[in-house]
Amino acid sequence: MTTTAIPRRRVARGRTVLHVCCLAALLVMLYPLAWLLATSLKPADEVIASLNLLPGHLEWSNYTTALDGVNGVSVWRLLGNSLLIAGGAVLGNVLSCSLAAYAFARLRFRMCRPLFAFMIATIMLPHHAVLIPQYIIFNKLGLVNTYWPLILPKFLATEAFFVFLIVQFMRGLPRELEEAARIDGCGPFRSFFSIVLPLTRPALITTAIFTFIWTWNDFFTQLIYLFDPDKFTVTLALRSFVDASSQSSFGPMFAMSVIALLPIVLFFLAFQRFLVEGMANSGLKG
Amino acid sequence: MTTTDIPAPTARRSATAARRSPKRERQGAAWVFLSPWVLGATVLTLLPMAVSLYLSFTDYDLFNPPRWVGLRNYVQMFTEDPRYWRSVLTTLTYVVIAVPLQLALALAVALALKGMKRGKGFYRSAFYAPSLLGASMSVALVWRAVFNDGGTVDHLLGTGGWVNRPGWALFAVALLTVWQFGAPMVIFLAGLQQIPAELYEAAAVDGAGRWRQFVSVTVPMLSPVLFFNLVLQTIQAFQVFTPAFAISAGKGGPADSTLVYTLYLYDRGFVASHMGYASAMAWVLLFVIGAVTAVLFRTSRSWVFYTSEEER
Repeated sequence: MTTTAIPRRRVARGRTVLHVCCLAALLVMLYPLAWLLATSLKPADEVIASLNLLPGHLEWSNYTTALDGVNGVSVWRLLGNSLLIAGGAVLGNVLSCSLAAYAFARLRFRMCRPLFAFMIATIMLPHHAVLIPQYIIFNKLGLVNTYWPLILPKFLATEAFFVFLIVQFMRGLPRELEEAARIDGCGPFRSFFSIVLPLTRPALITTAIFTFIWTWNDFFTQLIYLFDPDKFTVTLALRSFVDASSQSSFGPMFAMSVIALLPIVLFFLAFQRFLVEGMANSGLKG
Repeated sequence: MTTTDIPAPTARRSATAARRSPKRERQGAAWVFLSPWVLGATVLTLLPMAVSLYLSFTDYDLFNPPRWVGLRNYVQMFTEDPRYWRSVLTTLTYVVIAVPLQLALALAVALALKGMKRGKGFYRSAFYAPSLLGASMSVALVWRAVFNDGGTVDHLLGTGGWVNRPGWALFAVALLTVWQFGAPMVIFLAGLQQIPAELYEAAAVDGAGRWRQFVSVTVPMLSPVLFFNLVLQTIQAFQVFTPAFAISAGKGGPADSTLVYTLYLYDRGFVASHMGYASAMAWVLLFVIGAVTAVLFRTSRSWVFYTSEEER
């Protein structure tokens, strides 16, 4: 860059200004999250009374109320339901997407190119184009109001975005390893499980984390498929608060929101490196 | 590629077996690997698309068998349903506000972080966090409260609650999307880092200032990534649902001002049980997203610059 032409002092000052700007932007951006945390601890009368972010006194009972849950279903049950769905989705996506990706990235077969093009096209396909018939199919099978419609599609590699992500990653692996393995007598299955899959771990972890977070956050699919309150996920249970917007329930509502957000925050803190890099790689060549 | 020539001494099989069987085995293996995807693509994508097209020409309420009505749904949609056009207009407005703002912010922040030595990793992660959290119902509820009467925005700007004002509510939804600029930003940043420093040096030697460097080096070199972000964010924006649902309590109000396309589709199909009508809406959405993507691809030829021909 042109830094050589500019005196050092000016560069240093420019840098300070940049940091100040970034920090200011960050404060504005993080405000809604701070607001969420603060409100979850505010007594009912303080919620709208003042702009003050800090509560006058901490109302922990919001959290005990939230733990009691919604519609008589405890939060633990709701969290368990969410976890079951997200866990199933992670397993399904990692398994089915890596299998398909290996075929696209490494195996030669007839129709490889047109099928790959079709797979890419399905990334852009709006979910709503298949939503209603899928609903009808699951309805005919008697699976509406069960978790199958939420988990089963993931075992069939319907999230093409992840197939694409893993393909990109696999293409970056050296072919020599598999060629050497083949000479040693490895078939495609051995070489997939013993060589390619372990090397693809970063892409698989990215897939797993994104699947978890997206499934956890997903609202639309859960909304149409689940009816029984005791089958609800945390996200869906929060919906009950959408309808009843009385200010008095603000504290418990946002306490529950915090609880619903907690797993994502923890995932983010633990895996942010993978997340950020996985996202970065999705837009570039592998 | 040289996938089939195995050195003769190591393949201890007859000549024909060595040449043919591994190839056939690989063909077979490929289909085994692909089988879950093939099943999913057939049963959960292609078949539903066909069914949804068929249903769009019928009257169907889930309980009685579908009744063929020809183009009735489409005619009704386009000529007799003001709420439909309302939802189209709302969605287009939302896309046109949210996507450019989000991408501009993402690019600006990525440029600011690019040359940073200390703190880059921290900022990158911190700015990215809303992209993950913001998709949740939790944050959508925060948005509704903050932009409501008596909420922070009302306090600060004295504009009243945006959520209750027909002219403003959609803007609150759009801001939630703009707030999630972290995902495209991270992609921009990765793209910026792949631009060779020599290009900037050469431009500087030729006397190019910062702005000139941005226009003549950064923009063309970044154009494939810009294109990728534009296509992805546009497609996603057309399908926005959760924030509009949360902010309007699922009704698309006030005065249908946040009745985005998918919210109306949900309302027609799953609340009013007009599955045929909703299917017709889904097909129009599919068509519009396809057309918009095609137009973007078409125009991209004049402004997206690829360094290698290998790129898509």
